Amino acid sequence: MKIAIASGKGGTGKTTLSTNLASYLSQNTQVVLTDLDVEEPNSGLFLSGEIINKEDKFKMIPEWIEDKCNGCGICQNACKFNAVLQFGDFISVLPELCHSCYACSELCPTDALPMIPKKMGELTHKKLGNLSLIESRLSIGEEQAVPLIKQTNKYVNKNLSAAKIQIFDSPPGTSCPVIEATKNVDFVILITEPTPFGLHDLKLAVDTMREMKKDFAVVINRFGIGNDEVIDYCNNNGIEIIAKFPNDRRVAELYSKGELLYLQIPEFARELEKVKNYIYNLIEEFE
Amino acid sequence: MKEIVVISGKGGTGKTSITASFAYLAGNDVLVADCDVDAADLHLLLKPDFAKEEDFYSGLIAEIDQKYCTNCGRCANVCRFDAIPFKNNHFEVDSIDCEGCAYCAKVCPTSAIELKAAYSGKWFTSTTRLNSPMIHARLGIGSDNSGKLVTKVKNEAKILAESISKSYILIDGSPGIGCPVVSSLSGANFVLLITEPSISGIHDLKRVYDLVKSFKIKAGCIINKFDINKNGTDEILEFLKKENIEHIASIPYNENFTKAMTNAQTIVEYDKGELTEILTNSWEKIKRIIA
Repeated sequence: MKIAIASGKGGTGKTTLSTNLASYLSQNTQVVLTDLDVEEPNSGLFLSGEIINKEDKFKMIPEWIEDKCNGCGICQNACKFNAVLQFGDFISVLPELCHSCYACSELCPTDALPMIPKKMGELTHKKLGNLSLIESRLSIGEEQAVPLIKQTNKYVNKNLSAAKIQIFDSPPGTSCPVIEATKNVDFVILITEPTPFGLHDLKLAVDTMREMKKDFAVVINRFGIGNDEVIDYCNNNGIEIIAKFPNDRRVAELYSKGELLYLQIPEFARELEKVKNYIYNLIEEFE
Repeated sequence: MKEIVVISGKGGTGKTSITASFAYLAGNDVLVADCDVDAADLHLLLKPDFAKEEDFYSGLIAEIDQKYCTNCGRCANVCRFDAIPFKNNHFEVDSIDCEGCAYCAKVCPTSAIELKAAYSGKWFTSTTRLNSPMIHARLGIGSDNSGKLVTKVKNEAKILAESISKSYILIDGSPGIGCPVVSSLSGANFVLLITEPSISGIHDLKRVYDLVKSFKIKAGCIINKFDINKNGTDEILEFLKKENIEHIASIPYNENFTKAMTNAQTIVEYDKGELTEILTNSWEKIKRIIA
């Protein structure tokens, strides 16, 4: 079963929930945690483990071969992203604007723009007992997260699809990286905090999930701070609240040192048990 | 006119609360721009009036006219984004997966594919409850042009700020290191990094600063919740020194951040103690640095 942990707003506890949940569940079964927040991947900071594989990930970009070019201009005309520009007899490729659509390369009548790989990031595969951790890291200066998210998902499908529970730590927001990270999962857990920012961004996330026709439920983090509006909103819209993690300065302190919370804060472990039970019920229904 | 961008790498470090406080402190001198178009929250504190609303289109999206389609499948063959699945006996473009490269239209033998402008969201020109002009936006769900919408917000903010002679444009940036952040940073005079002394906060600060460096923009840093992890704060201070980043302030863990937000107020309106004092000094310091 594939479960994404997502939220509209950043900093609401996606990584906290993902890492604690993955570690907690792995006490009983095989779990894969994949960090798809490739711009700022953090799961690896909370979960150590033995590195069993590391590989560079590439995107394909065109490379101009001057000797073969007849200057016809079809490539510049084909590129809708202004990544291939013609200046007289000279063709310039701007890799950061390239979407790897291959149009310039394959429409070139003289094969003057073959596609070559360019490193866009790095994938790390770690293992700790029952838990496999996959983390991809976008190279600085690369602007597009989606191609790396796609390749990371491919890696998990190829190598780890046997695991009973697969958790995906999603990027924040509602734009293309989130869509890519959640579109192939069976269920989404939205994590929010009971504040006006939390509520506003939860609504955006709910709209996104409904648009994608995904089943989802909510976990509230920092419960006790703010107000009741998130709970009212969920109740009024038929959205299930799975668990409420308490607001506690100790949480902020332990988190800041990279420690797992359920091992030290009993209230946190109690709420995590609720999430676990919820997931096991989902798996039963699913099967 | 000076452009100040507030970013954080990691979300939830207090970026928007601090930006809103500076907007309050700057009073009549500032135009506010919310470039966190993905999950814009600044309007919850500044209550802009959404006086003018415009649709924003960016990029293209393919559409197949079934009248002319012969089901030859060439379009699906060349599409690198798997955006043209064969469903219910015909090819159809999946609007979420389509990147608008138009390769499919180029190879279609019957010209059945047309590229249409893709709706990316809305942008607004407003006046806030503090009487400052504000440019902000809302990204369409699943839209893949957030960087371009950020650029639009920034350009409109610049034009308006120049025409009404504001001294500062204060920009609430987006999280991460991808295209919206790159768009937020370009052309800025000063970057304010908001961080916290957690291992993820420090990790994200270092990553986003690598990006800032490539733009050669002067940077300052506020450490929020500095007292939750003393070693972490020391590590940040060392990093700031090494990279020649101005340490603007350290803010203690204080739930008035959240209480102010719950009250729909900026921190400097709600808090009558240390937070307001620290933020007021911070804003004065930033003004001096960029003067």
